[in-house]
Amino acid sequence: MKDGQFITMGIESSCDETAVAVVAEGRTVLSNIISSQIDVHKVFGGVVPEIASRHHLQNIGSVYQQALDAAGITIEDVDAIGVTCGPGLVGALLIGLAHAKAVAFATGKPLVGVHHIQGHISANYLSSPELAPPFLALVVSGGHTHIIDVKEYNRFEVLGQTRDDAVGEAFDKVARVLGLGYPGGPLIDALAKKGNPQAIEFPRVYLEKDSLDFSFSGIKTGVLNYLNGKRQKGLSVCEADVAASFQQAVMEVIVAKTMTAAVSRRQKRIVVAGGVAANSRLRELLGQACRERDIAMYCPPPILCTDNGAMIACAAYYKYQAGMINDFTLDAHPGLPLQMQEKAC
Amino acid sequence: MKLQWIAQAEQETQRFGRLLAEQLRSGDVVALIGDLGTGKTALTKAVAAGLGVSEMITSPTFTILCEYHSGRLPLYHFDVYRTGDPDELFEIGFEEYLFGDGVCIVEWADLVPDLMPSNCIFVRIAYGQEESQRKYELMLPQDRAWSFDELQPQEK
Repeated sequence: MKDGQFITMGIESSCDETAVAVVAEGRTVLSNIISSQIDVHKVFGGVVPEIASRHHLQNIGSVYQQALDAAGITIEDVDAIGVTCGPGLVGALLIGLAHAKAVAFATGKPLVGVHHIQGHISANYLSSPELAPPFLALVVSGGHTHIIDVKEYNRFEVLGQTRDDAVGEAFDKVARVLGLGYPGGPLIDALAKKGNPQAIEFPRVYLEKDSLDFSFSGIKTGVLNYLNGKRQKGLSVCEADVAASFQQAVMEVIVAKTMTAAVSRRQKRIVVAGGVAANSRLRELLGQACRERDIAMYCPPPILCTDNGAMIACAAYYKYQAGMINDFTLDAHPGLPLQMQEKAC
Repeated sequence: MKLQWIAQAEQETQRFGRLLAEQLRSGDVVALIGDLGTGKTALTKAVAAGLGVSEMITSPTFTILCEYHSGRLPLYHFDVYRTGDPDELFEIGFEEYLFGDGVCIVEWADLVPDLMPSNCIFVRIAYGQEESQRKYELMLPQDRAWSFDELQPQEK
């Protein structure tokens, strides 16, 4: 406790970022330190697992200390320690877990395992103090594309998810074939602003009628076919048009399915989370659709859209309040489904 | 044994995946080689269906490895594209999966040739003339009897 407030620490290391944060009363960010490896990964064009693990290991100690110092507290003030236990790269997850367990063991503080997607959803509680379940969540990132009915703080129903590539992955792969670099999301978003979103008709994949699942593998192939076709004929390609049209096709499908879910579940609030929530076209199109149907849209600022410790601390706070505390057998689960989070972490 | 044929549409990929699945046994390693968008994950989905896997097969690009345990044999689905160096795969326990209890499918196996066992099953996929066409090339270990007659492939 610090000044009568419950203090939660959140540790996140599932992918690119080594992050530790301190949050008061589950909602107020006291510190949020993120050490990103994007620069390292740019060289390789993606997340390299062993490099990711090695950098997490190098960074975690100093990021942890910085988070405490920036919050103006010591570890003694912390009441619960939250840590991402899945999904993610197993070697990367284990670094955060080992650190969290060691601190919990040494200090006797309770340990709370957090599902990464629950963390992303919880980022919205930090940026919108009045927000509380129930609501509909759209989680879009490099590894995830989910539409979730958030019934309570710790109760979720996954309504739809990707059947192949995650949306951020589709952006990365298309950026790769356009020679743009990594990460693909912001690069395509920037290039798309100079292009015509209606220039090329890439396939919109809606799957079966009423399905809320996604498939982005086909549009990736659609972009490749288009580029190969032009190349074979010796024609030049307007890359800005490709980026804009690809982004438009992807976002149209995401927005349509999210709105279908919101209407069928009678939700008047939609929460967007994950790295792709920063995409400007998604915000435009979803914002417009929400206004037409009198639905409130919530979206965290970019610093809380990316992987961070504050969202994990927030989620851990609500799990702790519900008595969901882990012992030291807590393990990393690389493919952990959200529905299983109560049992696994 | 080396077989070649052209799949005209995705249904033929599905059928090939199921036929392959029927003949797989524990310890088998399938090396999948083909450019982005040729359908490596799509073929893996078909193999998984043939093995009776009930979970959703999604791209392992982000996590490098996805495991599925609901089928006739455990399925370990790798995408090694992002791992530049064989040592990195060694660190995540790649070899333990290769000689383990299940079937390994390794996308972008051509990037880590030294790590692939000598008796692995090679599947190369290339774009065909038409957008929906895919050229398949299957290389099988000599000591195994395989049946792909249904596909009417050409032996080389």
